[in-house]
Amino acid sequence: MMSEAAVAKKQSERADMTQTDTEAKFRTHGISLDHIGRGRQKLSLEQEETCLEILDLNLFYGEKQALFGINMPIPKKRVTAFIGPSGCGKSTLLRSLNRMNDLVESCRIEGEVLHDAQDIYHKKVDVSDLRRRVGMVFQKPNPFPKSIYENVAYGLRIQGINKKRVLDETVEWALKGAALWDEVKDRLHESALGLSGGQQQRLVIARTIAVKPEVLLLDEPASALDPISTLKIEELINELKERFTIVIVTHNMQQAARVSDYTAFMYMGQLIEFGDTDTIFTNPREKKTEDYITGRYG
Amino acid sequence: MKITVKSWFKSGSPWVWMNASAVAISLVMVIGLLALIAVRGLGHFWPSAIMMAEYSVPGHTSSAVMGQLADDEEIPAQRLIDAGFTGLAEEELVTRQLLKVGNRDVSGSDFVWVVEPWLQSIQYPEDAIALERREWGNFYGFLKEVRQGDSVVATGSEAWAALNTRLERALKIYKEIHHIEKKDIGAINSKMERLRLKQRGLELRNQVTPALLADIAAQRAELDVAYKVLEKQLGDLYVSFTRDSVLAETVGGQTVEINVSKIVRAYQPNAMGLGSKVAFYGSKIWEFVSDDPREANTEGGIFPAIFGTVMMVLIMSVIVAPFGVIAAVYLREYARQGTVTRIIRIAVNNLAGVPSIVYGVFGLGFFVYFLGSHVDAAFFPEALPAPTFGTPGLLWASITLALLTLPVVIVATEEGLSRIPSSVREGSLALGATKAETLWRVVLPMASPAMMTGLILAVARAAGEVAPLMLVGVVKLAPSLPLNGNYPFLHLDQKFMHLGFHIYDVGFQSPNVEAARPLVYATALLLVIVIAALNLSAVAIRNHLREKYKSLEV
Repeated sequence: MMSEAAVAKKQSERADMTQTDTEAKFRTHGISLDHIGRGRQKLSLEQEETCLEILDLNLFYGEKQALFGINMPIPKKRVTAFIGPSGCGKSTLLRSLNRMNDLVESCRIEGEVLHDAQDIYHKKVDVSDLRRRVGMVFQKPNPFPKSIYENVAYGLRIQGINKKRVLDETVEWALKGAALWDEVKDRLHESALGLSGGQQQRLVIARTIAVKPEVLLLDEPASALDPISTLKIEELINELKERFTIVIVTHNMQQAARVSDYTAFMYMGQLIEFGDTDTIFTNPREKKTEDYITGRYG
Repeated sequence: MKITVKSWFKSGSPWVWMNASAVAISLVMVIGLLALIAVRGLGHFWPSAIMMAEYSVPGHTSSAVMGQLADDEEIPAQRLIDAGFTGLAEEELVTRQLLKVGNRDVSGSDFVWVVEPWLQSIQYPEDAIALERREWGNFYGFLKEVRQGDSVVATGSEAWAALNTRLERALKIYKEIHHIEKKDIGAINSKMERLRLKQRGLELRNQVTPALLADIAAQRAELDVAYKVLEKQLGDLYVSFTRDSVLAETVGGQTVEINVSKIVRAYQPNAMGLGSKVAFYGSKIWEFVSDDPREANTEGGIFPAIFGTVMMVLIMSVIVAPFGVIAAVYLREYARQGTVTRIIRIAVNNLAGVPSIVYGVFGLGFFVYFLGSHVDAAFFPEALPAPTFGTPGLLWASITLALLTLPVVIVATEEGLSRIPSSVREGSLALGATKAETLWRVVLPMASPAMMTGLILAVARAAGEVAPLMLVGVVKLAPSLPLNGNYPFLHLDQKFMHLGFHIYDVGFQSPNVEAARPLVYATALLLVIVIAALNLSAVAIRNHLREKYKSLEV
């Protein structure tokens, strides 16, 4: 029989959490955390450098309010996970960190998001520059219908970098960074659409880190992938956090537990609880958080 | 299990059958149409036998007829009786044949209807000759002698061989003459005209100086000298061109002298074997697609019409593609979606339904008369009062058709843009690309197959359009191609020939209906082929693009 830790590590379905025995389940998560094997030291928000500071953020789609007064810091070079039931606003909050919500016509935003002490919603901010510094990876792999090489070089070409040597170096660096180099180094000039889903998602990550952003926003990056690809992505996140601040939205609580340093639980557009992952998963302050984590709803 | 009518209907198979038969009927109709025009058009070029017969209409003296069978039909005998013929009482239907008897210069018309039962002693003499001439249509008869100047060089059985060698020589000289007249003298004329315009332009701008005038005069003198040389050369060529002539006898016994320079082709169909007939057929087809028309478009080829059609379609594509794409991109990507864009879309869709002649009238009124006259006043004042762009021409025809096909391109491109998954756009935007960069680098390439689809539909529509062109630039006979070796090489102001209009002209405006009819079919076939070729090449490009920018599996 598999150990509970192995179950937690391999199994990324939520199905096993819908059982009723809260206490047992709760401990399960506690144990699984210990087995992640990152030698996590005790984290505390007060000691962290802040990368993004969300201040009093209200977001409306037309008349409907989707986010209610969100206040939270995103710590630098850490992985922050947003969890919560569907429709709770995690993706919306993530997308408001690099102004992807600007694309939604009816979207209106109040409040501030500070990056380097500068409100990213200030009208003088260059949105494309912001998005270069705050890169984003989406739920479904979305490579361009170009070659693997051109996909990774895309962001650089946008910046006007066309020197072959620079591009070659960066493409290799980014693909290595996304743990994809060995798989594709012999077919860099073939279409990216020929890659498997997991490879495509890592290609998208490579494409994003190729422009050397400061923050990586990952919007359920593994939800469309099989367990093995998911595992690879998670390992990748672990490596990437050395260099980038990572914010990840996930439906999968084991994933959040495994990869994140800090976790924010959201419910109905509100930030219910935010703290270091260990605390959130083992000893949440709020009843709602506990209910969600133990599979009572969501 | 018993199959009731009700359950049969419920099963859906009647609808499957109905759809299948609709498809089958459409296919049969298309294939039948193509087969009809192919048979009717291509049969014309076959060297059919020359028939000689006694034609004795009851109550009239008999006469000899000779010619190629062009057509036959069955008519009720009553019609002939009503027309005053006798001796047909017992038959109900009689066959009558259309004979191409040629010799228009002798007999006045080159086709006659003959009633088959009245033809007697039909024979196909081996030595009957057919001469295709530059004027007066075909000659049918017997070769008597070949002359050089006033002296006879060959008679009787040797005459045919002598004619062939002399014809070959004459055709070679004709080619030279043609080259000098069209190319060399054409070039000199075009340079002369430019000099005239230059001088006139200087006069209009009050910049005439004696030095400039002297310069122009010197250039003109140079051209004059060149022209004199060519003229002399041409005179000599004409003398040697018209050196030979043949004496031939018609079936009626008249002797006709025909200069060899007037002959395009001489053949003896009754003496030809299958191989030489096929070769002859091939050369006729080649002439048809590669040569200029003769005899009010009823003889010769239709190359200028093919060229004009393709040229116009290409220029139209070059104009309509960017405009359509830009309009569609603005409508779909940048314009605020609302009432205004909805109204614009409705208007665009309705434009596709406007009868094409309306576009022709608009093109004539707006482009030709209004824009054209302003363009002339602004850029070509020295040519006035002769209009340059203030008259129907290739450019205005292309623009008019571009306008006509614009809605198709807009709708197809919009459709294509709307199908690009938003995830790809977001992917590009998230990498720091602006909206314009995203459009240019990702969205437009991915939408290019849809644009090509629009262009294919536009080409299909434009290539077959005739009505508006009659108002804005197509003519029955254009003196030169819109693309040639004279500056500025592409003559957008020139009128041009078009296959569609050629069909109309040959079919309905021709002085010689019987001679023109097969050409209507042949030209129609060629138009279909040209449109199919244009379409297929566009489809090939599209498929290539589609393969390249295969959109993501959703």
